Amino acid sequence: MQLIQQLINGITIGSFYALVALGYTMVYGVLKMINFAHGDLFMWGAYLGLASLTFIVGIFTNGSPWMIIPVVIIVALTVALAGVLVERVAYRPLRTAGRLAPIISALGVAFILESLARNVFGASWKTYPTGVVPTGGIQITPEVRVSTMQLSVLVVSFILMAGLYLFIQRTRTGTAMRAVSQDPGVSRLMGIDVNQIISRVFLIGPGLGGIAGLIVALYYGSFDFTLGWTFGLKAFIAAILGGIGNIPGAMIGGMLLGVIETLASGYISPQWKDVIAYVILIIILVFRPTGILGERVAEKV
Amino acid sequence: MSDPTPPLLQIHHLTKTFGGLMAVEDVSFDLTAGLILGLIGPNGAGKTTIFNMVTGFYQPTSGEIRFMEKKIGKLSPHQITQAGIARTFQTIRLFKNLTALENVMAGLHHRTRMGIWDALIRSKSQRQEESMIMTEAEYFLQVLGLAGYRNELAKNLPYGDQRKLEIARALSTRPTLLTLDEPAAGLNEHETQDLIAMIRKIRDGGITILLIEHDMKMVMDLCEQIVVVDHGRKIAQGTPEEVQKDPFVIKAYLGEEEK
Amino acid sequence: MRIAKIQASFRRYPYAWQIGLIILAILLPLPLGDYYRTVAWRTGVYIMLGLSLNIIVGYAGLFQLGHAAFYALGAYTAAIMNLKLGIPLLLTFPFSILIAAVFGYLITRPILHLRGDYLAIVTIAFGEVVRLALVNNIFGITGGANGLSGIDRPNLFGLELRQPIYHYYLMLVFLIFTIFAIRRLENSRLGRAWMYVREDEAAAEAMGIDTTRVKLMAFILGSGWAGLCGALYAAKLTVISPDLSRFLESVVMFSIVVLGGTGSIPGVVVGTLGMVTLPEMFRPLKDWRDAWMGIAMVVMMIARPEGLWPSRRVRLEIRGDQEEANPIPAANS
Repeated sequence: MQLIQQLINGITIGSFYALVALGYTMVYGVLKMINFAHGDLFMWGAYLGLASLTFIVGIFTNGSPWMIIPVVIIVALTVALAGVLVERVAYRPLRTAGRLAPIISALGVAFILESLARNVFGASWKTYPTGVVPTGGIQITPEVRVSTMQLSVLVVSFILMAGLYLFIQRTRTGTAMRAVSQDPGVSRLMGIDVNQIISRVFLIGPGLGGIAGLIVALYYGSFDFTLGWTFGLKAFIAAILGGIGNIPGAMIGGMLLGVIETLASGYISPQWKDVIAYVILIIILVFRPTGILGERVAEKV
Repeated sequence: MSDPTPPLLQIHHLTKTFGGLMAVEDVSFDLTAGLILGLIGPNGAGKTTIFNMVTGFYQPTSGEIRFMEKKIGKLSPHQITQAGIARTFQTIRLFKNLTALENVMAGLHHRTRMGIWDALIRSKSQRQEESMIMTEAEYFLQVLGLAGYRNELAKNLPYGDQRKLEIARALSTRPTLLTLDEPAAGLNEHETQDLIAMIRKIRDGGITILLIEHDMKMVMDLCEQIVVVDHGRKIAQGTPEEVQKDPFVIKAYLGEEEK
Repeated sequence: MRIAKIQASFRRYPYAWQIGLIILAILLPLPLGDYYRTVAWRTGVYIMLGLSLNIIVGYAGLFQLGHAAFYALGAYTAAIMNLKLGIPLLLTFPFSILIAAVFGYLITRPILHLRGDYLAIVTIAFGEVVRLALVNNIFGITGGANGLSGIDRPNLFGLELRQPIYHYYLMLVFLIFTIFAIRRLENSRLGRAWMYVREDEAAAEAMGIDTTRVKLMAFILGSGWAGLCGALYAAKLTVISPDLSRFLESVVMFSIVVLGGTGSIPGVVVGTLGMVTLPEMFRPLKDWRDAWMGIAMVVMMIARPEGLWPSRRVRLEIRGDQEEANPIPAANS
């Protein structure tokens, strides 16, 4: 029965990875670049959440779950806008500048975000005020317990992911995003404003990432500025697991990674769980069938 | 008439499927040494796919390719070049930001051996080899009339000369079989005539030629043997006269504009 | 263009320039205090690291974002052999190179076929695996998160190298050799093969070049060299930790190569000055140092994506459309 508990924990963590992975996968889909700064945007979600929550709690002196709502809105909007800004300033000018330059630029943005967070908020561990997160849970069996927090997290994540999926599949903007992922050139010819679509992608991806940051910080209760780095890398692994550029894939990949990681931590060793995740990544990529001509079957030799 | 020496290139029941798509189906033909053979067919017939299998860029799904009696179907492209088959590309794939000379020097890589140690100490053999590479590369530039472009970046050459440079580069690997993928694409009448003469000269120098082309006039003029494919299958083979009269060929090309 | 003028002058009087630079490098630390001698030493080590990564990224065109792992492996090899096996430090150097090169081969052999972005991610993952393995005290010999300390000083014919200035000259010997070796390689058969692979891998294959082997050579050489730098580090600091394999380190090295100008030796020197030397001199700003580095990276890439001092090829590759086309009359054969 411990297995079921592990699975519940794993899926919870998995949904975090999934939310962050979506940001990577969407950006990669339309720009074919890895947004190395994404993890740090996610981390800013946690810090901004803390700042606004502290502020609001300060006004009302007592924590209450309903305070989450304005916080979520503030965080999502701010991080989303930051994402759009980053794209405009640091990535758009480099669209035709080769493959190395965007990587350096993204890494540069990551540095800036990290340093900013460290200086503005301080390098120490931060904790979220209590009372906001509902405690307690549901005892399913003597060994299996789902905390209210986990339940809320799962519900919220599921709603977000379902919402995104429907958005991508059913709305015009969503379809345009899929079109641009497939072929930006043709999309432009079809009348799609590619730049605007890309901006929207950077609105949604980092927006989700920011919310994820808030949720993760609430879940764990405390964090520091290294949160973005490890989480970011793992979320990227999740995106690759599910097939980079593939939105349902990112969701599945995230869940899968969360479960694998939790099981590894429980049954093998907590110390090595990160290593196991990375090794899995390496193994997956090694056995991808990519030949000299690349994956694009359409490319004529 | 039966020829005691086996053909240079033997293709037996070659098949290639991509997922569910059958790009090449059970194609067989032989290429005798010293011949110029043209591979023609409507767009999408599978010509380039056959090409890519012969030159190692695709692996056949089934069937056999023999070059000088050795099976080469599973070899990688560089091994195939080392075995003596060189190629050009349909879309020109020169090393654009390198000079014409540097481009041609590439073909000499597999014919030379000096490694890291010799490079570091500039041993006598290394210096000799470098000198040989330079001389050979210049020779090939000259033979194709490109000596003036020696230090010019490949991408700055006029189109017709870029095509010639690609051939020079392929020749510098000293192949036994030269495969050309649409070498006349984009060339005008005059340049095409030049090309035909050049290919004949290359063949007279002892190199067998296999080429894909759409320019029918050129094909009928230049090729001694023609293989016609359509929808992945071979539908005719023979001399230009024979092929021109073949009813299947005419049907396949019905509606296609003749150049 | 000022850089073009310097290059032209260098080509005209190569010996004068080279000897002049060497003399300058020899004299450099003499008027400096220990602190700046160490800064000079660090600069030299990072130039070598940059050059080693340049082979992989600049010549062979492969994304390596985990280069620091080999730096760490070299340092730990030297440290472990010295501490646990009692081998004199200078004699551990060949082993550092060897172990780093072997790992370079092992990790890259299976991933060479990967497309650029994926290669980048795998190398990052490898860097982290190495770091975490070191932190977790793998095989019980790596000392965990605090690393290893108490490494001997290198002993050269009885002279124990303690002071920074001795380490500087030790480093300088290797640096001069490194630059010399790389220039020789640049103009060799292998160096050209790297260029061809970088320009168009399929075309290079069609020329009979075993691109897998060529890329592997780049990785093995580059990784081994990084291992040497790790050994030099261990020799000077006598204390090492898993932080050597941090992603930040790999990013600094990568940035040195790209910002300085991929594929060129002067480019790597300039990149090191910008990414390593300059921040060292502004230590008081340490808190904001990363932010300034980040800004520099973004701004540089937008202003000059080809780097400050790129090789001709890379400059063309990136600025290609903006180069003037020289009108050539059609050739008459």
